[in-house]
Amino acid sequence: MAIAQAVPARRNGADRSPGEQMQDRLPGPPVTQATLANGIDIVVIEDHRAAVVTHMVWYRNGAGEDPLGKSGIAHFLEHLMFKGTKNHPQGEFSELIASLGGQENAFTSHDYTAYFQRAAKEHLPVCMEYESDRMMNLVLTGEAVLPERDVVLEERRMRTDTDPSEQLSEAVQAVLFSQHPYGRPIIGWKHEIEGLTGDDALAYYERFYTPENAILVVAGDVEPGKVITLAQQYYGPISARGTRPERFRPREPEPRAHRLVTLADEKVEQPVQQTVFLVPSYKSARPGEAEALEVLAHLTGGGQTGLLFRRLVMELKIAVSAGAHYQGTALDDTRFYIYAVPAPGVSLEAVEAAACEVITRVAAEGFAEEDFKRAKTRLIADAIYAQDNQAALARWYGASLAIGLSVEDVISWPQRIEAVTPEAVHEAARWLDRRRGVTGFLLPAKRGSSNVSPGGHALAV
Amino acid sequence: MSAQTIAESPSRAASVQKVRSKGGIEAWLVEDYSVPLIAVEFNFKGGAAQDPPGKAGAAALLAGLLDEGAGPYDSEAFHRALEEDAIEISFSADRDILTGRMQTLARHASRAFELLRLAVIEAHLDPEPFERVRNQIAANLRREANDPDFVAGRDFRALAYPDHPYGRPVRGGLSTLQALGRDDLMGLRAEMFARGNLKIAAVGAIDAAALSGHLDQVFGELREEPGPNQVPPAGFSGVGLRHVVPIDVPQSAIRFGRQGIARKDPDFIAATVVNHILGGGIFTARLFREVREKRGLAYSIHSQLVTHDHAAMFAGSTSTKNERAAESIEVVEKEILSLSELGPTEGELEQAKKYLIGSYALRFDTSTKIAGQLANLQADGFGVEYLDDRNRLIAAVTLDDAKRVAKRLFGDGKLLVTLAGRPHGM
Repeated sequence: MAIAQAVPARRNGADRSPGEQMQDRLPGPPVTQATLANGIDIVVIEDHRAAVVTHMVWYRNGAGEDPLGKSGIAHFLEHLMFKGTKNHPQGEFSELIASLGGQENAFTSHDYTAYFQRAAKEHLPVCMEYESDRMMNLVLTGEAVLPERDVVLEERRMRTDTDPSEQLSEAVQAVLFSQHPYGRPIIGWKHEIEGLTGDDALAYYERFYTPENAILVVAGDVEPGKVITLAQQYYGPISARGTRPERFRPREPEPRAHRLVTLADEKVEQPVQQTVFLVPSYKSARPGEAEALEVLAHLTGGGQTGLLFRRLVMELKIAVSAGAHYQGTALDDTRFYIYAVPAPGVSLEAVEAAACEVITRVAAEGFAEEDFKRAKTRLIADAIYAQDNQAALARWYGASLAIGLSVEDVISWPQRIEAVTPEAVHEAARWLDRRRGVTGFLLPAKRGSSNVSPGGHALAV
Repeated sequence: MSAQTIAESPSRAASVQKVRSKGGIEAWLVEDYSVPLIAVEFNFKGGAAQDPPGKAGAAALLAGLLDEGAGPYDSEAFHRALEEDAIEISFSADRDILTGRMQTLARHASRAFELLRLAVIEAHLDPEPFERVRNQIAANLRREANDPDFVAGRDFRALAYPDHPYGRPVRGGLSTLQALGRDDLMGLRAEMFARGNLKIAAVGAIDAAALSGHLDQVFGELREEPGPNQVPPAGFSGVGLRHVVPIDVPQSAIRFGRQGIARKDPDFIAATVVNHILGGGIFTARLFREVREKRGLAYSIHSQLVTHDHAAMFAGSTSTKNERAAESIEVVEKEILSLSELGPTEGELEQAKKYLIGSYALRFDTSTKIAGQLANLQADGFGVEYLDDRNRLIAAVTLDDAKRVAKRLFGDGKLLVTLAGRPHGM
């Protein structure tokens, strides 16, 4: 379903000549771009180590485009895209892909929806036939739609309704994003899912599943020229609609007050807490800002060498684990997470306060040079490790393009991380002002009472 | 895919070099310079099955401590050293093996192998990290304590293998974790970490000569013979039982299963094909079609063959809202019985074989995946030629084989079923 994205990038702002860009380019996989006449963007990433291809189509829309009252429709449509087309009844293509030894799936996030297959490279044409067919020719019958709605409700039950920690996350997101659609769950609210129809799905499909709105990403043991020729053959005949559908999201207002969301449930045996801050994304940030946030996340919360772990777990011994995460690949202002699990006998308030203090210190005093350097080294190495994995590369490029970044942004990401200065990280820490944040406390409750009184206190467990 | 086509496919086995160091340590190497990195995976036979009675979680805790201080470095310093060069070293315990993994940029290979040696040979298992990592595992266990999926799975195992290590959780339980002492871990390590017990795979930007030197460097100081590994064989118990653990959630997690077929049994390959037809794939599997697609009863439903060194099972899982949980189980039972009595159709068999053959390549497209495949093949006692034999064996499964093995695997269709939730009418 949703994916938490780690990566890339946004141009530095200054215009640079192609020559300058070439010089700075780190050795990486060859990447070729093209656009078809009907507007479909194409990215081909070469990886010749295994005779395998990853074929993906990304649409520049996700749960963020769900109409009001119809949350979950983007995700529901993703499910329904497997239900057959005018030319191919339900299951026919899936059977074909399987008989060729291919694997397929799809996922929906707030900002994009993607469909993919992985198979031996000679099966790329079949994948393209499949994907281009359902970009244009989806049909939905009641017989297909209703059981699938039940499936989505089971999925929601499985992911959220049986899990107090997910329920808390859902509530925290709804508070953090009081106006912006990131506050709605990708899978949708239960009562709204129950009302979704095939017509709703088709309306969404007509609006967003257009060639201008689609990005084709092909990674693997392929030759770019051949891929583009094939793409022209299968995707080329899809009629252009004219312009790309507009994405309008109301902007989240500047937060002014810290908010605490508490969930107590008798199924909880381990209290946990996290704070989420509203921060700029790779797309919405000023030049260099998102990169600085990325470094800040690793510096404070990147595993056992992060400042949060060292302070809370090792020095103060009030937590068993602690970390941070920056969800930078987003179209709009996004989330920066700080979390810690308390040690036995320690309250959630104490852990939250200590985590806050680490951030305050970073903003006020800074950090050691060697910690800073190490964080950057580690992040840049991720870009090299990613080159070993064609599916990971395809997702990195796809997600970045789907939110409006460019191939050059992805390629230059390691350089932009390298260019982050200590001052920039210092500045970035100011985004983690407690007033911009929402804290979630997950607490045990006595049997038979699943609610703590409003403004309830944390139990010292 | 015809047998001839398979024979014409490039040999995967041919890409594997068998390296033997001066000290007699063996590794399988796939040399590849496409990306400047090296991935290593190795395992010691033993794993969680070696946890002493009453001390489930010992191997998992040991694995969690190997990177928490070694040689001249305490825990913090060791992690700093790793991060400085973006080297990744981690360990984990499975039922029958303890696995180590390393990934490094080629230019930091020397340093990476140096740190790996420290973790393997000189891990301190100091009191501070011991407490800390134990608390971490305990916190994770608490987080999952009322997770229906986790609970149904744990319950299933306990009923399937009562009084056997395979019935106990790999990470242990809150009480067994508390019972662990440093001596338990030291003892486990002393018995398990031996050259005679060890399988190694390396993939990436390194040649045989360099690897050979590192093999001796990292593993040379280990004793040759491991301690005794006395895990009794375990048959599957509880078939016919339905067990519910009540949890206040709207959806019940369901596990089902029965006795399986051993990895080296001549029927195992046919059983793999039969299982795929039943519940191995998405979209095309019988269970997926009947439970999810037709009836909307579940989001996820699969089945698999699970093999351990001393046991084998057929097992599956799904989750359905409480009101219809019983219906899900009925559908699953009906499909299994039908497959047992009638076997698959010719069409299903061909489809499954084609998928299994064609998708094998997808397991070998990243260095870490390849290293994992090679290390696990060795742990299971297979030779390099299996990489090529495997597809031939699948291709050779006939409809008669499939019918016979379906009957052998599913028999009278009875299952052990465990549920966690509030299933209606159960």
